[in-house]
Amino acid sequence: MDAKDILGLPKNSISSAPQEKRPRPPKESQRKPDGVSREVYALTGGMAPPLMPAIDVSLLKRKQQQAEEKVTWQWLPFTSSARADNLQLYHWVRVVNGVPPSGDYSFAKFNKSVDILKYTDEEYEKFLTDPTWTKEETDQLFDLCERFDLRFIVIADRFPHMRSVEELKTRYYAVSRALLISRARSPGDVSGHPLVKEPYIAAIEVERKRALGSLLSQTKQLEHRDAEIIAEAKRIAESWLNNKVNALAESGTPGVLPAPGAAATAPIGAADGASTPSSLRMLGVYLRTNVLDQMVQAANSSAGLRTIKRVDQTLQDLGVNIKPKVPTKSVCAEHLELRKEILTLLGLQKQLQYKESEVSGNRDSHAEIPSTPKRSHRADQDKAFVPESAGFGGERPGKRDNRRKVAGRFAEAPPSPPQSKRPRKLKISDG
Amino acid sequence: MPNTSAGRKHAAGSGNVGGGGGGGDQSDGGSGQKSQQRSKVARVPDDIDKKGQIKRLKDVEISIPIVYGTMSFWLGKKATEYNSHRWTVYIRGATNEDLSSVVKRAVFQLHPSFDNPTRIVESAPFEVSESGWGEFEIAITLFFHSDVCDRQLELYHQLKLYPEEESGAQSTKKPVVVETYDEIVFSDPSEAFVARIQNHPIAIVPRLPTGLTLPPGPIENSSEKKRGDTKDHPFSQWFMNFSEADELLKLAAARQQVQAHIVKLRRQLSMIDGPPQQVKAPSGQ
Repeated sequence: MDAKDILGLPKNSISSAPQEKRPRPPKESQRKPDGVSREVYALTGGMAPPLMPAIDVSLLKRKQQQAEEKVTWQWLPFTSSARADNLQLYHWVRVVNGVPPSGDYSFAKFNKSVDILKYTDEEYEKFLTDPTWTKEETDQLFDLCERFDLRFIVIADRFPHMRSVEELKTRYYAVSRALLISRARSPGDVSGHPLVKEPYIAAIEVERKRALGSLLSQTKQLEHRDAEIIAEAKRIAESWLNNKVNALAESGTPGVLPAPGAAATAPIGAADGASTPSSLRMLGVYLRTNVLDQMVQAANSSAGLRTIKRVDQTLQDLGVNIKPKVPTKSVCAEHLELRKEILTLLGLQKQLQYKESEVSGNRDSHAEIPSTPKRSHRADQDKAFVPESAGFGGERPGKRDNRRKVAGRFAEAPPSPPQSKRPRKLKISDG
Repeated sequence: MPNTSAGRKHAAGSGNVGGGGGGGDQSDGGSGQKSQQRSKVARVPDDIDKKGQIKRLKDVEISIPIVYGTMSFWLGKKATEYNSHRWTVYIRGATNEDLSSVVKRAVFQLHPSFDNPTRIVESAPFEVSESGWGEFEIAITLFFHSDVCDRQLELYHQLKLYPEEESGAQSTKKPVVVETYDEIVFSDPSEAFVARIQNHPIAIVPRLPTGLTLPPGPIENSSEKKRGDTKDHPFSQWFMNFSEADELLKLAAARQQVQAHIVKLRRQLSMIDGPPQQVKAPSGQ
């Protein structure tokens, strides 16, 4: 292809065999569409073009022919089939060659109405009787349903008797459902119909509304307390994890720093023999790097994959090899200690982050706490430790995550949050 | 890119056996040739009958620092398509001491396209020289003397012939050297082995518990032993340096930095906890 020519690569170089193997478009089976340059078409790889031409080319040509036609705009009367009263109104219409447009008013098609089932007296007697509803009431309900296109809030408002929205809905859907089933030749014919498949259950609807209502009526204090509890729970989980890591660190090799070059006079074997995983010791012979690998794995076992990655990243930022180049016993011990310390560091950082998010939450409700000192914190935390900017860059998104989780609890809530939430949200994400 | 693909044939003259393949075993001399005939010979050390009497030193670790790797010379003008590099794979003591008092035999598993891809080397220096054009992974199996360890140890090394981009163009003068430092660790070694190796320069032996009497070590015939070391090896000028001190210094500096940061974070945490008229938060630490 063209890219290859530019790079000066041979057309069929062996080194790029894998790319070359991509199934090429069957020759000319999909013709290059007119009006698309060869280069552009090549970019699509001959697959179904991802870009559809917005306008049919042939249409464009026809229009050009019509350009000769005389177009005028005229003030003309019209009627709409959407109206039953034959009301005549006027509007400006595009008239081509003196022939006014005929047919129905073009917006009439948008006058949609709901198809409400109608029942006969006989049907009512047979299938639709309900001890809590009279026929008269049911008739009224169906009239209103048709008139207001199933807008039940409005229907409930106009309904002459005291009936809740749920009662009205229950009756309407029950009647429609019974009618559908009775008119069907076999139950299978209507089993897929939404009215039959998913019956209306008033209790669920009532509960849903109650939950939404309580969410909407939640005060800021309440909302704040919830966020606090979640932050607290996170922190407890975090400190628990930290303790685990620390316990692991203590059980590991003692962090004595031997004098450089101490290899020739290694410490007494018995003292740190325990550091070697017993599975390896049973073998009788193994490599020092095997020990290190196992120890690193053990130290990482309590951390998540992301944390492990961050440890490696931090090592790199500190200019330390992820795997020691000269893995002597003391180098391995030091390396392991460093990894554990980085784990502690990352844990502390997370903890601090939660605390800060909590404090900034508090700051919201207690306006008297000045925000400036906290900001300065942040700044020097960002600068003091070089690896931080790179290695722990996930901090801010992490914070937003945190926030998102809080919001996740209200998943049932309508997509746009209640007004009261908004100012707080902004503050948190920039603070 | 063309030099790293594994599936292709690597040996010189794999198609024409008489040619490049024949010249393959020059520097590992007799030992390589001899051993090829018995490549299927039992892998277990022969004299294990004394096993019942072996006294082991519990919780003692003996480590043998080693370096293994490859060194490859580009043939320059003499290079042909399938015979562009002359290379050597080897295992040596980290300070170039003779390893043969511990290692009995080394088996190098080359790419199957080589003639006799399993090369057995029975004496130091443990190395195999070959020529070819492709890079592949070499498995090295080490067998130890019967008083050292019954088990064998596997090492893996990726043969590298072509220099990295940044180190400049290929040259016939400067070989491409890739070496790995590691330590062979023997846990719970036999007394006999410890006695034998105790004062040997290749081994790192811990201070042994006082009061322990070891059987007298054998008197080394130093003049005979000398030949196995790699101190005067023709390649020795290219051997890499592995400095433990450098590594430790780097680690110590890194730890200091991390520790300082931990202290700072703790302080910040306590500052947040400090002026609380809010929720009392138990600190995790």
